[in-house]
Amino acid sequence: MSVKTLTINGKIVTGLAGTSLFSAAWEAGIRIPRLCHIGGLSDIGACRLCLVEIEGRPRLHPACMTEVEEGMVVRTESERLHAHRKLIVELLLAEGNHVCAVCVSNGHCELQDLATSLGIDHVRVSYQHPRRPVDASHARFTLDLNRCVFCRRCMRVCDEVEGAHTLDVAGRGAELRLIADLGQSWGAAESCTSCGKCVQVCPTGALFAKGAAVGEMTKNRAFLQYIVTAREKHEWIRK
Amino acid sequence: MTPPTSESGEYPVTATKDNRQKFLERAMSRQAYAGHALIEVLHTAQELFGHLTPELLREVALKLKLPPSRVLGVATFYNFFSLKPKAEHTAVVCLGTACYVAGAPQLFQALERRRCACAAAEEAKGAAGPARLSVQSARCIGSCGLAPAVVLDGRILPRVTPAQLERALDKIGITA
Amino acid sequence: MTPEDLSDRATAELERQQGFRERLHCCTAAGCLSCGAEQLKRELNAQVEARGLSQQVEVHGTGCLGLCSRGPLLRRASDGAVFHELEPSEAGLLLQGDAASEQALAAKRLDPTHPFFAHQQRIVLENAGRVDPQQLDTYLAVGGYSALARAVSELSRQEVLAEVRASGLRGRGGAGYPTGVKWELVAKQPGTTKYIVCNADEGDPGAFMDRSVLEGDPHRVLEGMAIAGYAVGASHGFIYVRGEYGLAIQRLQGAIRQAEREGLLGPRVLDSAFRFRVDIRIGAGAFVCGEETALIASIEGGRGEPRPRPPYPPEKGLWGQPTLINNVETFANIAPILRRGGAWFAAIGTERSKGTKVFAVAGKTVHTGLVEVPMGTPLRTIVYEMAGGIADGGRVKAIQTGGPSGGCIPERLLDLPVDYESLVGVGSMMGSGGLIVMDEATSMVDVARYFMEFCRDESCGKCVPCRTGTVQMHQLLERFCAGQAGEHDLALLKELGTLLREASLCGLGQTAPNPVLSVLRYFPEELEQRLHQDAEAAAAAAPTEPA
Repeated sequence: MSVKTLTINGKIVTGLAGTSLFSAAWEAGIRIPRLCHIGGLSDIGACRLCLVEIEGRPRLHPACMTEVEEGMVVRTESERLHAHRKLIVELLLAEGNHVCAVCVSNGHCELQDLATSLGIDHVRVSYQHPRRPVDASHARFTLDLNRCVFCRRCMRVCDEVEGAHTLDVAGRGAELRLIADLGQSWGAAESCTSCGKCVQVCPTGALFAKGAAVGEMTKNRAFLQYIVTAREKHEWIRK
Repeated sequence: MTPPTSESGEYPVTATKDNRQKFLERAMSRQAYAGHALIEVLHTAQELFGHLTPELLREVALKLKLPPSRVLGVATFYNFFSLKPKAEHTAVVCLGTACYVAGAPQLFQALERRRCACAAAEEAKGAAGPARLSVQSARCIGSCGLAPAVVLDGRILPRVTPAQLERALDKIGITA
Repeated sequence: MTPEDLSDRATAELERQQGFRERLHCCTAAGCLSCGAEQLKRELNAQVEARGLSQQVEVHGTGCLGLCSRGPLLRRASDGAVFHELEPSEAGLLLQGDAASEQALAAKRLDPTHPFFAHQQRIVLENAGRVDPQQLDTYLAVGGYSALARAVSELSRQEVLAEVRASGLRGRGGAGYPTGVKWELVAKQPGTTKYIVCNADEGDPGAFMDRSVLEGDPHRVLEGMAIAGYAVGASHGFIYVRGEYGLAIQRLQGAIRQAEREGLLGPRVLDSAFRFRVDIRIGAGAFVCGEETALIASIEGGRGEPRPRPPYPPEKGLWGQPTLINNVETFANIAPILRRGGAWFAAIGTERSKGTKVFAVAGKTVHTGLVEVPMGTPLRTIVYEMAGGIADGGRVKAIQTGGPSGGCIPERLLDLPVDYESLVGVGSMMGSGGLIVMDEATSMVDVARYFMEFCRDESCGKCVPCRTGTVQMHQLLERFCAGQAGEHDLALLKELGTLLREASLCGLGQTAPNPVLSVLRYFPEELEQRLHQDAEAAAAAAPTEPA
């Protein structure tokens, strides 16, 4: 397997052929904003937050789905990229009903962190105030769709790691909604194994464990990396 | 005399309840129960049964070896598929650009008015069951030379005026 | 069937046809069918029987003759005259053949010299009025499948690729990617499992060119796909057709069955070692499935959600295999190119846009329907000379090309030649060929709002900019239409437009702002007028101070 040399933000980094710009940047200590990407799951390039500029290419490219190439010159920060990321997060905040004050993930939320790091102090676009349900039928977890950003991490972990494929999306466009099995309540979904992986990967307070009060839901993302490391490198002892 | 066939020309419209299950099974086996034939199978299921019930979706998921949530995800993505029972009569108003510019929105509104009035009348009578008329919009049915076009119960009404539309509705018993 | 058999069959059919003194071709495309074409055809046949003319006159169905606003249409083979709006009662007059009857029908006759026809150069639609889509032999008689025969029995794959390259043909679906280059990309991929996909998901509102080809000349498309399969090394093709196109699906199914029966498709194409099968995949009502990766996802049985590119379909497409995706019109150009040579095709059109293009002219013009013109024809010619300008003597305000991905072109720019680069240069695009003509009564802001609503409803929902941005932009445009917009709304509209253009995952989101952007460019006063309305309304609504 060959190793490629490329430049990111003026810094020379290396990456294994076949790996993504995102992971090469990560390993070099460069952080790119993201929502739908999470190490250990397939990438879908949906949130568009990780878009980067590549010299010699006219379009913007999702770092999570672009492979490293020899001699690539990449910029992960610019006025344009910053403006896009800000607007994307504002659009998300206006799309759902994100009320941090009463949310279990207050203070431990990736959407919140993104807003803070991008310097968002107000939202320019119109709040949509959609009517979305809260599904508390499951014995151990609750699904509050008001907080869903459609990153699809839950769907992917359920399909790719657990293998149950309980969750999927139904509808289209602005009518998109998360469903379990044939659209019944989560508690009645026969395929669910109650493993809780979906809860752990969810970036916001949309999925949380019952019994957590405001600001108490902290998520353990490391489990996913642990599974990947165990599967690929046969390392089961946590260091 | 050959029995009338469904839109695809493949299944007799007068299929009995038992036969419909058989035809669906046959449609799936003809596609070798391949998961990628899901959309074809859903088309057939809807043609045979009128709309996609949870039982049908479950059956298809089982036979094609697909997760049920995936089947529902596909069924709800496409405009064609309906999870709700069909109405007695369907009116599809083409809202393609040519038809739009020729006054289709007004036709759509007129149909909606008629539909609501009819539904209210039915409710007042205490009638249950499927709606008498469903009004949908299509994003261009490809008859742009005949704009504005409305498809009433499968028949295209070309260059239709509001008056002609009202008369056509009267004729099928959807009265104001 | 061997290539020799093919040639014999074609000759036999031609001789059979020449035995008739007259052949009448009734357009049986969906448009004319809804104007009574079936009744006309039946009456003609009945009259032929009744007058004992069965050995002298033949009545056929045929493909779209183009003047769709005047259906039902009929073409008379002997002199090429096209009759419009014929009633079944006039069938007798047509068959009478004397001077008096001809005079009686004069008002309904259009000669080939009429500007609507005279400016056309028909390649894609050349068989309309000559070939019956349900009779294979009529297709053979005009040289049908001879290009495929030559390809599989005389030419190497390289030679076929070279011919397509030389033609300069560019994708007719809208993007205009050089077809020969795309074919070569797929041909060069290693592996033996490759696919040919025909994109027949014509979703642009106002476009019905592909539908007419599928209904009127399905074999033309099959032949083009088979030639492509031979050239790139694929043995399986799919035609993805919109579910709304019931008649086209039927005609295609019939054509495939016929072709398979005669060995023109199947395990031994024209008795050669080349095998090629075609399956139809029916869409289910999703405009986004016209995007190639969404189309692939749909054929794979999933939600029609696009995937980020790269990788591109020629490298990794259907089920991860090299896949050639071309539009219906693109495939329809292949057989003539193989028959007459790439150089012949390249001599038509302009420097960078070769060949012809089929346009669906719709809107407020005197004539609406399909026209096929050489690339480089001025838009003015199409709108005024061919389509006759605005009906009732109105004035053309603008035309719209490229559907929801395109833009409006104001009247003053209509001297522009029709080609890929020119249209992009003014902020629109060729698109699939839909061309809507708007008059002074049309509100450009409303048109922009209409197209944004379309994009919003058709958005797949996967990426944030398009899913949320189309909703926001549509709401903003509604405020403009209602005269309730402020300065900040205009600024926000532009920012959202930039975000969608640069950050959306697929072409739907990337081009959704185009109609709005073109209104901002050419009709900014229409947006600004709405702003002033707001200021006045706000002033009018302000409560007066108590005395």
